[in-house]
Amino acid sequence: MFEKALKGNNYYWMWLAFLGFFIAVAAVCYLRQYFFGLGLTGMTRDVSWGIYISQFTFLVGVAAGGVMLVLPYYIHNFKAFGRITILGEFLAIAALLMCMMFIMADLGQPLRGLNVLLYPSPQSMLFWDMCVLWGYLLLNVLCGWVILTAERKQVAPPKWIYFFVYLSIPFAFSIHTVTAMLYCGLPGRHFWLTAIVAPRFLASAFAAGPALIVVIALILKRVAHFDAGKQAIDKMVTIISYAAIANMFFVGLEFFVGFYSDIPGHKHTLEYLFFGLEHHGHVYNNLVPYMWGFVVLFFVGIALINYPRTRRDNDLWLGIGCASIFLAFWLDKGIGFVLGGFVPTPTHEIVEYYPTINEIFITIGVWATGFFILTILYKIAIGVEHEVEA
Amino acid sequence: MDIKRRNFLKVAGISTLAGLGGTAVVDRLVAGAGVAEAAAGGGHGAQQASAGAVRYGMVIDVKKFYDDPGLGDKAIKACHQFHNVPQFPDKRDEIKWIWMTHFENAFPEAPNHYQDEANQKKQLPILCNHCDNPPCVRACPTKATFRYEDGIIGMDYHRCIGCRFCMAACPYGSRSFNWREPRPFIVDINQDYPARTRGVVEKCNFCVELVQIGKLPACVEAVADSKALVFGNLNDPNSEIRQILKEKYTRLRNPSLGTLPSVFYIV
Repeated sequence: MFEKALKGNNYYWMWLAFLGFFIAVAAVCYLRQYFFGLGLTGMTRDVSWGIYISQFTFLVGVAAGGVMLVLPYYIHNFKAFGRITILGEFLAIAALLMCMMFIMADLGQPLRGLNVLLYPSPQSMLFWDMCVLWGYLLLNVLCGWVILTAERKQVAPPKWIYFFVYLSIPFAFSIHTVTAMLYCGLPGRHFWLTAIVAPRFLASAFAAGPALIVVIALILKRVAHFDAGKQAIDKMVTIISYAAIANMFFVGLEFFVGFYSDIPGHKHTLEYLFFGLEHHGHVYNNLVPYMWGFVVLFFVGIALINYPRTRRDNDLWLGIGCASIFLAFWLDKGIGFVLGGFVPTPTHEIVEYYPTINEIFITIGVWATGFFILTILYKIAIGVEHEVEA
Repeated sequence: MDIKRRNFLKVAGISTLAGLGGTAVVDRLVAGAGVAEAAAGGGHGAQQASAGAVRYGMVIDVKKFYDDPGLGDKAIKACHQFHNVPQFPDKRDEIKWIWMTHFENAFPEAPNHYQDEANQKKQLPILCNHCDNPPCVRACPTKATFRYEDGIIGMDYHRCIGCRFCMAACPYGSRSFNWREPRPFIVDINQDYPARTRGVVEKCNFCVELVQIGKLPACVEAVADSKALVFGNLNDPNSEIRQILKEKYTRLRNPSLGTLPSVFYIV
């Protein structure tokens, strides 16, 4: 089926070339980092994870979000998602590959990465995260490919594949739960040490993932003559709304616990993220604009996708609404959650983190690689759809 | 071969496999329960330290460091020189095994607006606590950081993949990462201890290489005259360190986290 990715109009090739440019830049930047060390990033011994790991965390959510299409279609027999479950599965593949690239970019000794397999350590959540991420990736590759092939041949998918389809559903939940456990099981990091991290991760994932799919579906409608269908989009918007509100509810609960209990450790990071944290006469607040951007974009997005006129009558407003939700939760989880957790340090000092240019270009390049893969996968999927329709 | 026999063989094969695997799982669970039971014995939910023959620990007499500011420098210099700890010009690359800090930084769980002057102004040394229940060892995905039988938390610099999970897990900020090639920044190289490569984590190792041949850690040796640092076996009731712990009131850093540090502070 790969031949479908080799035929396209000029816009298709220009888009791939555009992404290819950033991939090339990132490759050079990564080589610099590889030969110098992670000192080329903005990370320090106090903020020891930066935007690589925060992007990884967010993208695990995007990958898990695809299950919001798979679950209604296969468990509840919601037929309208039939055309687009493949979009969810292929998005999961691209997102997981980005996750793995971000992990590799973050390793101090990338060539030793396989030590995780050589010395398996079940007491480490990172070991389990590797297991579930690989598992979910393989499941999506298998299910997506087998079902698409069946569709192309216009036969029903083989029965055995349903075992793997159903298996992929708990796997989707597990990838984000285990990723949350990387954080919420660490003593001494008060902001992360809360049982609500996993549910919060899942809620924001089930909003951000489908939001991205809606945006992509609206784009595909214009550029690839692929209509996901009104009913499917409507249902997705409902899912996004509830999941997004659930995430904000959980954020609100964090605020309540921190500020009503008034325990300093529970408040510090929230203060740092949203208001700036005063320490020895200096106010540290470099993430404050991002966090308020998150809050504002959430309200803009939720209004646009729920107000009937912007939701039903105009694809552009709907697209902007979903993009706002996606961006809002990227700021929340892809910036605030991971970076904020390191402030204050265990010895109650405050070190702010600023990514370097080299680091930012590697990050952009990984995203570009992900979208490159996604474009090719979607080109194949839609090519098959068109072939069947013809 | 008739169907019955085939089925019998299948069932027998599967149950043998399950039995082999199953007993292993049960054994592990039982072992785990034993640890949990031991942990519950401390009373009031306190965790119990491990009961091996040897558990190395250290007592730090804070007052001696307050009285003689030169003492800290001596200890740091001895440690960093012996272990080839690099000195970077840029603080962002910083690597440290033992360093001086204020009371409020070492004991952030004990804030006090009316702190006495000594605790406000002077500095005390902090280092890896060699916890009996170390979160870093739990977090490491390759067992590159591990607990020796004598309680020392060691690092395998050749196995570490540089994921820095241990740095996020350590509630004391005791771990450093080689953000860049360290060798050019080692002032005076010591051939008896390996230098590290970039991309791996390192930290105080209680001078395990000296302790295991019967010597004292470099920092303890450097301030030996003052007895500001005392090193010894916590599981030997007659050791010097246990005598001190019996006589003096000591504190642990962030005790509520249940990590059971092996470094005690006489405040």
